[in-house]
Amino acid sequence: MSAERPLVEVEGLVKHYHAHGFLQARRPPVRAVDGVSFTIARGETLALVGESGCGKTTVGRTLLRLQEPTAGRVAFEGTDIFSLGARELRAMRRRAQIVFQDPYSSLDPRMTVGDSIAEGIEIHALAKGAEVRRRVEALLTEVGLDPSYADRYPHEFSGGQRQRIGIARALAVEPSFIVCDEPVSALDVSVQAQVLNLLGDLQKARGLGYLFIAHDLAVVRQLAHRVAVMYLGRIVEIGPTEEVLGRPRHPYTQALLSAVPEPDPVTKRERLVLAGEPPSPSAPPPGCTFHPRCFHPGLDGRCRAERPELRDLGPGQVVACHHAE
Amino acid sequence: MTLLDVRDLRVAFPAPNGAVHPVDGVSFALARGETLALVGESGCGKSLTALALLQLIPRPGRLTGGTVRLGDVEVSSLQGEALRAIRGRRIGMVFQDPLTSLNPVLTVGDQVAEGLVAHGMATRTEAAKRAVELLKEVGVADAEERARAYPHQLSGGMRQRVGIAIALAAEPEILIADEPTTALDVTVQAQILELIDTLRRTRGMAVLLITHDLGVVAGRADRVAVMYAGQIVEQAATADLFARPSHPYTRGLLASVPRIEGTLTRLAPIPGSVPPPAQWPPACRFEPRCGERFAKCAAERPPLLTAGTAHESRCWLMERGR
Repeated sequence: MSAERPLVEVEGLVKHYHAHGFLQARRPPVRAVDGVSFTIARGETLALVGESGCGKTTVGRTLLRLQEPTAGRVAFEGTDIFSLGARELRAMRRRAQIVFQDPYSSLDPRMTVGDSIAEGIEIHALAKGAEVRRRVEALLTEVGLDPSYADRYPHEFSGGQRQRIGIARALAVEPSFIVCDEPVSALDVSVQAQVLNLLGDLQKARGLGYLFIAHDLAVVRQLAHRVAVMYLGRIVEIGPTEEVLGRPRHPYTQALLSAVPEPDPVTKRERLVLAGEPPSPSAPPPGCTFHPRCFHPGLDGRCRAERPELRDLGPGQVVACHHAE
Repeated sequence: MTLLDVRDLRVAFPAPNGAVHPVDGVSFALARGETLALVGESGCGKSLTALALLQLIPRPGRLTGGTVRLGDVEVSSLQGEALRAIRGRRIGMVFQDPLTSLNPVLTVGDQVAEGLVAHGMATRTEAAKRAVELLKEVGVADAEERARAYPHQLSGGMRQRVGIAIALAAEPEILIADEPTTALDVTVQAQILELIDTLRRTRGMAVLLITHDLGVVAGRADRVAVMYAGQIVEQAATADLFARPSHPYTRGLLASVPRIEGTLTRLAPIPGSVPPPAQWPPACRFEPRCGERFAKCAAERPPLLTAGTAHESRCWLMERGR
């Protein structure tokens, strides 16, 4: 994995939304993503975590060019995806897929499950005739569903089953990379565990790379090799999962971790209750954008004035905080 | 001292092949100053149980059995004015999504004041002043100014604080909080749970906390009732439930939850999923998914059996002395 080029390389990704319409022209843009860089290796899971509005979903969508970026570069399997023409883009989309949070709204209610899964196989001409059906049935089996479900409609299934169908649909075109956008957030805990295990098994069997977008750090821990924490459009900490979750260096990561409600009344973990809520991404605070909510004893004038750059604190743990050590 | 005593609550909905009972014989008691968590997955009947307490079951559902005693008042038989004197006045309620439960065309100050006026507890002027105090109490900064804001102008966390202020306005003895933090980010969730707990202590309120999140339960509740398929399947003091879960469903739930600490192991999910009410098995409702089932489980309906001190479990295994 070391000498090989990463599966996904993201460099300085920026996505600003401008308000449109009468009297809106002079409003500052919403800085949804404000300079994000990372790589994902083959067979690796990078988790992108943060609270609503931090920009994690926008990163995922821009990575597949479902949205055009304001600036920055994304290379997928070595190719710059923003320079692709329509035909090459279609070829790229076969290799890079997405699984959404709500599989119900992402499946066409008027198509049978089998037709939904077959759609990609047919568009990309991966199989013909009876072979298509055979592949659909094999995919359903692979995600833990009965092959006969191919003839049924999405409304006949539970949330967990629909998420399995969404995963089968993504797998149909034999991708090397899947953006998983909060894939288990809408599921009950017992079903969530089933889908998490399935995602892990599929990764091992097929060597898939995942960008796993989530807000639940305990869920992330099950699947991710590395974790990137986002706050107001920027990565504030990135590193190996056991380091970031075991020894968080950024105060925001520390607060996020301490807020995770652990189902164990005996372990008394330190509870850092953050004051306030994340500011609007259209008016980020100057300096370190986290400083108005920061509780670090070293908080000083520099935090209010100068934006901290990402620093490597080792091993592989990179943190954007003037005072982290 | 028991404040609220719920016995054999039963809710029926008409269905093609006779009625289904998504709440089917639920009993629990709530003492002053105590937090009881009602926990379970979607469709287990936990929210409907809360709504049934206040006769708020959505049509065509109906309360078909059981009693709800609040002190010496039998709530389930009340109607009209007498019922309104309980709802919002003695029992307050906070919902999951404050954006849908708040009125979009009234300022939040007016909405907090509304209950006070409706219950004849204050004049309009007094109520407006009291509303600002309440908003301060629930941690709304710049309360005077925010009282004049409309719900859409506030963040999710602020809206939930307003929802709590509304529920608290009439100084209820019981606060029912139905998934109060599910729609919120984790750092805001921590703030809201802390707030509810502080208010319980300072006001001596009882809290019925309805949640799907065992993590939320572990940190906040004195006692826990686990629901599955319309019934309470296990009930115990929180520490006891987590240390000695006796029902296989409770154990399954705990094994399904990913942990942030400790050794990383593969999750052990419960196989299958919760069946819809029309397909609930006649004997033990968890039997088809249970790894510890034996002949009796498919043959006879288990009652709540003793599993320890003040610890009950709806499982035939209890008879085998485990």
